[in-house]
Amino acid sequence: MATETTAPEATTNDDAEAKLTEAIAAATEPEASIPGAQRQLVIINWSGEFDKVLPTLIMASVAAASGYKAQVFLTFWGLLPFVKDSRRITGENTMQKMLSFMQRPGISHMKMSKMNFMGMGPWMIGKLSEQYNVASPQELLEACQLMGVEFMPCQMTMDMFGFKREDMIDGLGEPVGAATVLELMTEEHTGSLFI
Amino acid sequence: MSAIHTTVDAKGLSCPMPIVKTAQAVKNVPAGELIEVLATDPGSVKDFAAWTRSTGNAIVEQTEDEGVYRFVIKRA
Repeated sequence: MATETTAPEATTNDDAEAKLTEAIAAATEPEASIPGAQRQLVIINWSGEFDKVLPTLIMASVAAASGYKAQVFLTFWGLLPFVKDSRRITGENTMQKMLSFMQRPGISHMKMSKMNFMGMGPWMIGKLSEQYNVASPQELLEACQLMGVEFMPCQMTMDMFGFKREDMIDGLGEPVGAATVLELMTEEHTGSLFI
Repeated sequence: MSAIHTTVDAKGLSCPMPIVKTAQAVKNVPAGELIEVLATDPGSVKDFAAWTRSTGNAIVEQTEDEGVYRFVIKRA
C-alpha cells in the first residue's frame, strides 16, 4: 500500500514544501519594511573639515541606500559646508563677516583636519581621489539628497554665524535644536555618530 | 525572471558608489526582477552581502572574473 501511494504523496509533499518555503521567504525577507522596525542613522556633523564631512556623507548615503532613515544634524563648523559655494562673505555684523573671511564657507572650500598645508593637503587628496575614483563631497551630497537623507541645520549655529536661509544650499530641512536631535538619537533601532 | 532587467556598471568606482548606484537603480526595478552589478572594488563583496541583508534583496549569483565582481541580485 505504501508503494502504491508513493507517487501522489511525493507531489503533495513537494507542494507543501514549496508553500512552506514561500511562507518562510515572505516572513523573513522584507525585514526592513516592518512598520516600527525601520532602522535609523543619526549623524551629528560638527567638524566641517573635508576628512570628516566625507565619512559623514558616505555613511548617510549608504544608510539611505540600505533603507535606513538617515538624518544629519549640521552644527557649529559642520554647518559651513552647507552654505552655498557662491557666498563669499556671510553674516550681519563685523565679527560674523570676519569669521566667513577667515574660513570660507561652502562644500568646495573645506580644509583638512590634518596636513592642510595652506591648501596643499586638500589638493593632493583631490588628485588621489580622481586617480582612485573616489566620489567627491559634492557627488556624495547629491547622492544623499537624491536618496532622501535629511539635513537639519542647527538654529543656534545659524544665528551665531548670521546665516540666512538663502545663504544655505537648497534642500535642507527646518533648523532645529538639541532636543529634537536627542529625541531622534534615542529612538529604537537607531545608531548615532558625532563626527 | 531569468533575464537581467537592469545592469549597474560600477567598475572603477570606490565605496560607497557601487552601493549607492545600485540602490538608485533598484528603485526602477519591479519586485522579483534581476539586477546585475559589475564592480571592481574588492570591498564590494562584503558590502553587497550586508546591503542585501539590510534591504531584503537577495544575491542569487556571485562570480569574479579578472578583478571584476559580478553580482546578480533579485529585487525584494
